[in-house]
Amino acid sequence: MTPDDSARTGAVRARIPRRTLRTDRWWLGPVLTTAGLAAFVVYATFRVFQQDHYWVAEHHYLTPFYSPCLAQQCAPEAALFGRLPVEFPPLVPYALLSLPFLLLFRVTCYYYRKAYYRSIWQAPTACAVREPHSRYTGETRPLMLPQNGHRYFFYVALAITLVNTWDTAVAFFHGTDGGFGIGLGNLVMVVNVLMLWGYTLSCHSCRHIMGGRLRSFGRHPVRYWMWSRVSTLNDRHMYFGWFSIASLMATDAYVALMASGTITDLRILN
Amino acid sequence: MSERVFRVWRGSGEGGLAEYRVEVNEGEVVLDVLHRLQATQTPDLAVRWNCKAGKCGSCSVEINGRPRLSCMTRMSVFDEDEVVTVTPMRTFPVIRDLVCDVSYNYRKAMEIPSFAPDPKAEPGDFRMAQVDVERSQEFRKCIECFLCNNVCHVIRDHEENKEHFSGPRFLMRVAELEMHPEDTADRRAIAQDEFGLGYCNITKCCTEVCPEGIHITDNALIPMKERVADRKYDPLVWLGSKIGVRPKDTPIVPNVRPTADRTRTDG
Amino acid sequence: MPPTADTGITRYTYDVVVIGAGGAGLRAAIAAREQGKRTAVISKSLFGKAHTVMAEGGAAAALGNANPSDAWPVHFRDTIRGGKFLNDPRMAELHAREAPERILELEHWGALFDRTADGRISQRNFGGHEYPRLAHVGDRTGLEMIRTLQQRIVALQQADAAELGDPEARLRVFAETAVTELVTDGGRIAGAFGYRRADGGFVVFEAPAVVLATGGIGKAFRTTSNSWEYTGDGHALALRAGASLINMEFVQFHPTGMVWPPSVKGILVTESVRGDGGVLRNSEGRRFMFDYVPDVFRSQYAETESEADGWYDDPANHRRPPELLPRDEVARAINNEVKEGRGSPHGGVFLDVSTRLPAEEIRRRLPSMHHQFKELADVDITAEPMEVGPTCHYVMGGVRVDADTAASDVPGLYAAGEVAGGMHGSNRLGGNSLSDLLVFGRRAGLAAAAYADGPGRGAVAGEAVDRVAAASARYALEFLKQGGGENPYTLHAELQDTMNDLVGIIRRGPEMAEAIARLDSLGERSSVLSAPGDRVYNPGWHLALALPNMILVSRAITAAALEREESRGGHTRDDFPAMSAEWRRVNLEVRADRADRVTLARRPVADIPAALLALFEREELSKYLTEEELPGQDGADAAGGAHPADETAGGAAEEDGS
Repeated sequence: MTPDDSARTGAVRARIPRRTLRTDRWWLGPVLTTAGLAAFVVYATFRVFQQDHYWVAEHHYLTPFYSPCLAQQCAPEAALFGRLPVEFPPLVPYALLSLPFLLLFRVTCYYYRKAYYRSIWQAPTACAVREPHSRYTGETRPLMLPQNGHRYFFYVALAITLVNTWDTAVAFFHGTDGGFGIGLGNLVMVVNVLMLWGYTLSCHSCRHIMGGRLRSFGRHPVRYWMWSRVSTLNDRHMYFGWFSIASLMATDAYVALMASGTITDLRILN
Repeated sequence: MSERVFRVWRGSGEGGLAEYRVEVNEGEVVLDVLHRLQATQTPDLAVRWNCKAGKCGSCSVEINGRPRLSCMTRMSVFDEDEVVTVTPMRTFPVIRDLVCDVSYNYRKAMEIPSFAPDPKAEPGDFRMAQVDVERSQEFRKCIECFLCNNVCHVIRDHEENKEHFSGPRFLMRVAELEMHPEDTADRRAIAQDEFGLGYCNITKCCTEVCPEGIHITDNALIPMKERVADRKYDPLVWLGSKIGVRPKDTPIVPNVRPTADRTRTDG
Repeated sequence: MPPTADTGITRYTYDVVVIGAGGAGLRAAIAAREQGKRTAVISKSLFGKAHTVMAEGGAAAALGNANPSDAWPVHFRDTIRGGKFLNDPRMAELHAREAPERILELEHWGALFDRTADGRISQRNFGGHEYPRLAHVGDRTGLEMIRTLQQRIVALQQADAAELGDPEARLRVFAETAVTELVTDGGRIAGAFGYRRADGGFVVFEAPAVVLATGGIGKAFRTTSNSWEYTGDGHALALRAGASLINMEFVQFHPTGMVWPPSVKGILVTESVRGDGGVLRNSEGRRFMFDYVPDVFRSQYAETESEADGWYDDPANHRRPPELLPRDEVARAINNEVKEGRGSPHGGVFLDVSTRLPAEEIRRRLPSMHHQFKELADVDITAEPMEVGPTCHYVMGGVRVDADTAASDVPGLYAAGEVAGGMHGSNRLGGNSLSDLLVFGRRAGLAAAAYADGPGRGAVAGEAVDRVAAASARYALEFLKQGGGENPYTLHAELQDTMNDLVGIIRRGPEMAEAIARLDSLGERSSVLSAPGDRVYNPGWHLALALPNMILVSRAITAAALEREESRGGHTRDDFPAMSAEWRRVNLEVRADRADRVTLARRPVADIPAALLALFEREELSKYLTEEELPGQDGADAAGGAHPADETAGGAAEEDGS
C-alpha cells in the first residue's frame, strides 16, 4: 500500500444488519420457480416410473416421457426405434436411453441453472438479498464441472428432439379409419414438439456452436446468419424452458388419460 | 411540489440512517433531492456524481435496497407517502455517506491483458464489418458504474471471493476483447483460472441492474463460459494438448496483483 | 483521516504532471509516458468519468471514408468558417491535418467505431462540416474515446509492471484529487498543490512541466450541459500562475439542451439528431431555421424544405438544411423564436426526428437520446418531438498557447483541450472538440516531455514548493473553520444567476457592467465561505475551494465580453449586433493580478497563410476581412483548384509529428 492511501485503510462496508432493504415482493419469483419446478419433478417422476398408460395404439400417440420406448415390455408398435431384448424391472423407465440426457440437458441449461440456483440453492434468492451461505465457490469445484458439458447434452437432446418429431409425424398417419388423420392429440403433440425445438435450438450452447465462437462474423456470413437466428430464439430461452415443460406435461397427461380410457380423442379429420 | 421523507446513510461503514424531510418537485430524480439536502440541510453530505445524465456512472447507490444510478431514478416511481431509503453500495467500503471506495474495480481492470492487435498491423489497417464490432460495442456501452459488481452475490455476500473474482464488469471486458475481431490474444484459460469465471452462477443480477441495458449474462458471461469450455473442457483440445498441440494461452499480466504489502482491506 | 489542524502534505516528484483526466489529459499523459517521462495524471473524478464521456456526436477527422472528396484543407476551411475567421490558423491547420491519424491511432488501441460497408470507420454529418466527417459510435462517442484512452493508460502501466515490477513506476493516476494552486519558481513552473477528495489530505507535486487539461467553465452558468467538474480550474490556475487567456468572451451555447423537466434543464441533446435528419419547428409548426440563414452562409444552405430534405441522400446536388448551421446561429435563432412567443410550452422549440426516420432507425442511431428522454422526461422520441433550448456548453476561450507545442506564456506550463484557447476562434464546430483533445493533448504531452529534458529541469525548487504548499493548505483549511460564513451553495447559485442572466447568450453593455459589480461582491463574499463538517469527502468544502476559480473566470468572460463591441460566434451583443472586420483582427487577452483582478490587452490575430487563404472565395473573405487584408484578385482565382495548401503550407506537421 502506498502511504497516501491511508485514508482508505480500515474503511469497511456499510454495516446494514437487514438482509435486504428491498421493499418489493422479491421472494415471489423464487417461490413461483420452486413451485413450477417441483410440480414438474413430482409429475414426471410419477409418470416415468409408472410403466403404463404411455401409448394410444389407435392413433399411435406416444408420450414423450417414453420415447424412444426401448424396454422389451414396450408395445411393439410404440417402439419405433426397436426394443432391447431385456425386460425392464419395475421402476426402470422405458425410455432409459433418452431421459437421463434430457434431464442433464435441462440441469446444465444456463436458464435452469439460474432458476434453481436462485430458488432452491438460494445463491442468491433475489438480487441484492443476502444469501444464507457462509461460503460460496460457484461452479469452480470438481462436482460442478459437468455444468461445462452442456453442449454435449445439447447434441444428444437434438437427436432426441428428432425422435420426438418422428413420433409426432407417425401419429398423423393413424387416423380412425387408417391413413391420414388429425385429432386433438396430434395438435397437442405438434405444439409440444415445436416447444421442444424452440427450447433446444434457443440453447446458449447452440448459439455458441452456430457462430458465437467466431471472432469475426464478416468472414462467415452463413454462420452469422445462423447465429442471428439462434440469438433471436435465445432471447426467449426462458419462455421456451417453461412452455416446453408445460407442453411435455400436457402431452403426457393427454396420452395418459386416453390410454387409460378416461377420455377419448377429439378427432378433427378422420 | 410535495414533502417527502428520505432516509440517507450517514457516516462511515459504521454509520447509520438519518431521516430528512425534503421538498420534491415534479420531474425530479433522487440525485436532485440529495443535492437539495446538500444545499439546504446538510452541506457536507457526500455524494459522488458527475454528468447527471446517466452517462458517466458515478452516482451509483442503493435506493430502497435496489442498486441504481441516483441520477436516473425518478421520484415518480415512488408512492407519494413512500419513505425513500438511500444507502451506499454494499459491496465496497464506505468512504463517507453515499461514497464508496471502488478501487477494487480498478485493480481488477489492471489484471486483464490489454487489446493485442497483430504486431504487424499499422493504424488504419483494420477492416471490420459493422456486424463484427457490434458484439463488443454492446459491452463498450458500459459506463463503469460498478452496479453489476456491487450486486453480484459472489463478492457482495462473500468478501473473501474478491481476491479470485473480477466481477461481471471485468469478465465482460474479457469477453469484449475475446470478441474483438482484430485481437490476437487468448484469455480463455485465465478467464477461468485467474478472473474467476467459474464463480459466476449466471443468476443474472448483473443484467438486472445494468443501467445501460447490456445483456451481460447472455451476451458476455455465457458466451465466455462456452469459450472456456472450448478451451478447457473439450476432449479434442485435451487430447491435442496431450500430443503436443498446445493452445497458446495468454498469461496474466505480471506484477499487477497486489502483493501482501500492497493489499488493502476492503472491509 | 487528517484532522482539521493537520497540514501534513504528501510529496511526489514527477517529470510531467497532467491536470485533468479527460480526453486531452489522458492523451497528453500517454504521449509523455511514451517519451519515457515519469508522468502523473490528476483527476478530479474517478478515472474514466471525466466530462469527455458526455460527448455524443463524434470526432471530426477528414478521413474521407464517407466522402472521398474530404481532405484536411476542407476541414480547415470549415473550422475557420465556423470560428468566423478568429481561429488561430496554425492550430486549425494542425488540427485538420492530424485528426485522422489520431482517430486511427485510437482504433489501433482498441476503439470500435461504427463501420462503413467496406469495413472502414463510418462518418456522420454535423453542423458546419461540409462532408460527413464525424467518426462515431452511435451517440456515445466520448465514452468510447475516454474508455480507449483509459485502457491505453492501463496497457502502458501493464508494460511498466512487466518491465519495472510496478505498474505505477512511470504513469500514475491520482483519482479524485483536485489541484488548487500551481507552484512557480522564478517565473517557471515548479509543481502543483492540491487535495484528495476522499480524505481531504493534501498533496504536492514537484515537476518542471505541468499540462493543464481541465476542460471548461460551464458551472458558472445556470443552464449548462456541463458537470460539476467544469469550474474553470485550469483557466484560473493559469491566470494565477501568470499566463494569459484569450477569447474568453466566446462561450458556446449549444442550441439543443433539454428544457423540461426543470431538474434536467440543460442536459445535452446531441447535434446528431439534426445531422441524422431531425428538424427544428416552432409552436406554429414552421421550420424556422430557413428564416435565420445569415448572409455569410447564404450560398451554402438550402432555401426550401424540399431542397434541404434532398440533401440527406444526395448531398452533391442539394444544399445543406439550415438546421445544420453552426451552433451559434442555431442557438440565437431558437432564442429569438422563444422571445417572440413562438416557443414550446416549456420555453424551448420542438426538435422532431419522429416524423423523419423509422422508429427502429432512431433507436439504432440515437440510443442514448432515446433512453435519456424516455427515462428523464417520459418522452418517446420515436413518436413525438423533443422540446429543446440553448444550454451553456463550451468555452472557446482559454489559455493562450503556442500552436505547435501547446506551451503557455509561463515556461513549463502547457494547456490542451477546452482549457486552451484559439483553436476554435469565436465558435467551435460540433465534433471538433474530440479531435482537438487528441491532436493537442498529444502535442502538449510531447512538448512537456521535451521541456522536462531541458537543462536544469531536474533541480528541485524545494523551498518554493514548500512555501506555496504550506500557504495553500492553510488557505484551504480556513473554510472549514469559519463557522458563520456564507453558504457555498447559495453563493454558487447567485453566481450562476448572474452569468446566465447578464452575460448569457444575448449580451448588453449595461447588464455586463452590472455583472462586473456583482462579481466583485461575490468575490469578496467568497473569502468568507463556510463549509461545516470535516475533511473526508466534504462536497461543501470542495465547492468552497472551487468557487473563487469560477468567479475569476466569470470576471475574465465578462470583462472581455464588455470590451468586444461586435457580435461574432459565441458572443452576441444586442447593442453591437454587427460583425466587425476590424474586431476580427483582435484577440482580447486577459491576465489577472494577485487579488484576482483581471486586466485586458489587445493582441493581433495571426494572419492566415496565403496558401490557406486561397481555399476561400474572395467574395466570402470580403464578408469577414478588411479591404487591406483581402488577397489580390488573382489569389482568389487560384483557389478554384483542389488543395493548394498541401504543397505550400504543409511540412511543419511532419517535422515535429513524430
